[in-house]
Amino acid sequence: MHVMEGFLPTPWWQVWFAISIPVIAFGIYKMNKLVNEKREILPLLAVAGAFIFVLSSLKLPSVTGSCSHPTGTGVAAIIFGPAISAVLGVIVLLYQALFLAHGGLTTLGANVFSMGIVGPVVAYLVYKTGMKANLNFYLVVFLAATLGDWATYVTTSVELALAFPDPTGGFVTSFGRFATVFALTQVPLAIMEGAVTALLFKYVINVKSDVLVELKVVEESVVRKLRGLSS
Amino acid sequence: MSRKLELIVLAIILVFAVQFVYMSSTTDAEYGGADGEAEGVIEELTGGTYVPIAEPFWEPPSGEIESLLFGLQAAIGAGIIGYFLGYYRAKNLYEGEVAYKGKNRDSETRS
Repeated sequence: MHVMEGFLPTPWWQVWFAISIPVIAFGIYKMNKLVNEKREILPLLAVAGAFIFVLSSLKLPSVTGSCSHPTGTGVAAIIFGPAISAVLGVIVLLYQALFLAHGGLTTLGANVFSMGIVGPVVAYLVYKTGMKANLNFYLVVFLAATLGDWATYVTTSVELALAFPDPTGGFVTSFGRFATVFALTQVPLAIMEGAVTALLFKYVINVKSDVLVELKVVEESVVRKLRGLSS
Repeated sequence: MSRKLELIVLAIILVFAVQFVYMSSTTDAEYGGADGEAEGVIEELTGGTYVPIAEPFWEPPSGEIESLLFGLQAAIGAGIIGYFLGYYRAKNLYEGEVAYKGKNRDSETRS
């Protein structure tokens, strides 16, 4: 989903920065507040960030015959919400932009918008809706992480299509072409990401569910049920 | 402890792994990066006239160095996840043993 360095002309790279910076600023504010109030969440924050590190480094082959990587933002989005996920996303995207020539500094705003903001927002909303509908916790996590990952790649396609509309067909034709590259390739990877995210949540529930209850991610009764089933 | 979820996840990954092995041995798919393919689409859409407005100021000099840095990225992440999950697991286990000798607590923390 990385828009490569220099591949967004003016005014588009500025536009995505303008949208992303307030969210990142709000995320930093929220993160500081949360860490100051509840120091015990710090390890979980590190785990959520580390999960993004691992998953976004794995370039996996897809059914389309090309490779792409999952985003790993589902964990952070579900536990800490989209704003803090955006901050964690920035860290990973900076690492990749500086050391790997993946993405770039001018396209950082666009990449943060797709991976750090839209993906987590979708994951968060799917999670909240699914839990309200009383679906199985792991199924909801799976759906949230899968759709969040996929939404990230759809967003990248939109960003590129806006910057590079087709000369005859305009935005729609162009979006179709980028979506074929990104969104289609991503379908199996998104499913795998959802599955692995659900697995990570199983381990977090088993060892440190009290923090999740405290952050109102899950209710006590859900934890008891899950532990009852899995022990 | 039930391993149902692990088995489901493993099955999902296996399906795609088998598909990959089959397809990579029967077709000549290149498995290049989607990011690079997008660059090709941009080139076609603009008729090759687009000049990137910026260049990465440093690029890994070879594929080896690139995979080193990707490997490092994954290792840092995996280390942090493993450290904290292991820390919590042991903490629960030993706190449980000190505080309650009861069976219930013990089986819960071991799950």
